[in-house]
Amino acid sequence: MVVEHPKEIGVTLAIRPVARRHAANRVVQVVSSLGALIGLGILVWILAVVVMKGLGAFDLAFFTRLPTPPGITGGGLVNAIVGTLIMTVLAAAVGTPIGILAGVYLAEFGRGSKFAVAVRSLTNILTGVPSIIVGVFVYTLLVVPAKSFSGYAGAAALAIIMLPIVVRTTEDMLNLVPNSLREAGLALGAPRWRVITSIVFRAARNGLITGVLLSVARVSGETAPLLFTALNSPFWIHSLNQPTPNLTVTIFNYAMSPFADWKTQAWGASLLITAGVLVLNIGARLLFRRGKIR
Amino acid sequence: MSSFPVENDVTTPAIRVQPADAAPESLERQADAAPGAVKISVRNLNFFYGKAQALFDNNIDILGNRITAIIGPSGCGKSTHIRTYNRIHELYRDQRANGQIIMGEQNILDPAVDAIELRRRIGMIFQKPSPFPMSIFDNVAYGLRVNYRLKGSELTDRVEMALRKSALWNEVKDKLEEPGMALSGGQQQRLCIARTIAIEPEVLLMDEPASAIDPIATAKIEELMLELKHNYTIVIVTHSMQQAARVSDYTAFFYQGYIIEYGSTKQMFTNPTNKQTEDYITGRFG
Repeated sequence: MVVEHPKEIGVTLAIRPVARRHAANRVVQVVSSLGALIGLGILVWILAVVVMKGLGAFDLAFFTRLPTPPGITGGGLVNAIVGTLIMTVLAAAVGTPIGILAGVYLAEFGRGSKFAVAVRSLTNILTGVPSIIVGVFVYTLLVVPAKSFSGYAGAAALAIIMLPIVVRTTEDMLNLVPNSLREAGLALGAPRWRVITSIVFRAARNGLITGVLLSVARVSGETAPLLFTALNSPFWIHSLNQPTPNLTVTIFNYAMSPFADWKTQAWGASLLITAGVLVLNIGARLLFRRGKIR
Repeated sequence: MSSFPVENDVTTPAIRVQPADAAPESLERQADAAPGAVKISVRNLNFFYGKAQALFDNNIDILGNRITAIIGPSGCGKSTHIRTYNRIHELYRDQRANGQIIMGEQNILDPAVDAIELRRRIGMIFQKPSPFPMSIFDNVAYGLRVNYRLKGSELTDRVEMALRKSALWNEVKDKLEEPGMALSGGQQQRLCIARTIAIEPEVLLMDEPASAIDPIATAKIEELMLELKHNYTIVIVTHSMQQAARVSDYTAFFYQGYIIEYGSTKQMFTNPTNKQTEDYITGRFG
């Protein structure tokens, strides 16, 4: 066997100036750090302003009293707080099971089928649909026939926004479960559904809960879909068939008003929602991290 | 190892199959299969991953209460072959098998044969120990709960018996409620064996059961196999020719999806009739 030695090239290689490459490196480093700083700075700014202006609105009345007309002090937003909670929980109660079932279909039964590919891409599109369009959709579907804005319509709109998030995180989390576990379950004579509910769900549990928490965090700050569905109300909630008070539309209304005490309450409501979303996000992340270490 | 605890005196109440999956008579555990008689008869087995054919006209008779080793270089179809015996390949949309795998009077590949019932009779141990995310007790009880109606005390007894048979009882008897994942790799694999033999299968398929664990744990599992063959028919896929030589009675050599040679392990390792077998066994390739 003949081994070919590389021939000597009679030219010396010209070295690019090292200092220039170092300089270019420094420029990129500074610019990207600046970008990170701006992003973080804006977030901190928002949080700081919301905390400073919102904290002043927090008193016992804010959490326990109904709204008062402008100029009359001592009012609160208890109806909006409860309304937002009810609609969010209702949306989660409807959106979570449907979303998890669809995710199970995509990850377990539909793997590789054309229908699954279609469902997956439609779900991705649904994630990107502007929330106000979801609001208008539910408006024509539920509000117009009932001739009334309602909490049910609000919850339906929120559920539709949650749905694709739950579907995709469920699918992703189930895909992280190794097939060896599924095979081991099937090899013991367990039917498919039982392997999924008793083994795969258990292995993916923290990831699934994380997905639901993140989707709840996402919808709890939504305003646009509620404008067309739940609307708002200054009264106590007696039935979800009527316009239902909620924090986000209240922020919208109060912040636009000329009254100082309403504006203060709008800041308080903003702080409440921001804090809630933050807690949900941090909780979800902690849970997911704990799920990975095992 | 003298510490091997063989416990045959554990009371074993009769297992009742759930009437919901009432099995035809022929699926009941074969009492007439004498040791050494043909247990599984494979005829013209072909296998496809999508359009790519992986097994070509495999023919082999697996004998009852014997250990049959399947050896061959990586990618030769060893695992693919035994994964058709319990039809676990059906989990994947693009995998297909045709031909005949006869056990009792039935062709396992016949869609009329219920896969769930089939898998109760043919258990499988996988390469990677795969304890379920639950306690040691629940891991072993899983298959029992799925397949049988058992009273609480019967369940406990059977879990204990399976753990004793798989030589794990003494190591876990005080921590049955701890997660199966907390065990060492070798213990996890014996847990998987316990889980499988708990449901009293007739055949044990082992897909490189010792490739992910250390030599001492491997020795334990091999010892266990020699013990288990009194009650079970064992087919083991292995990368280790030493392992095949140590534990098996019969050996099949696979190459590129074909069964090149099949015979008694002694004859295969001392006097192979086929040149390719000889080359593989003597380490000239693979």
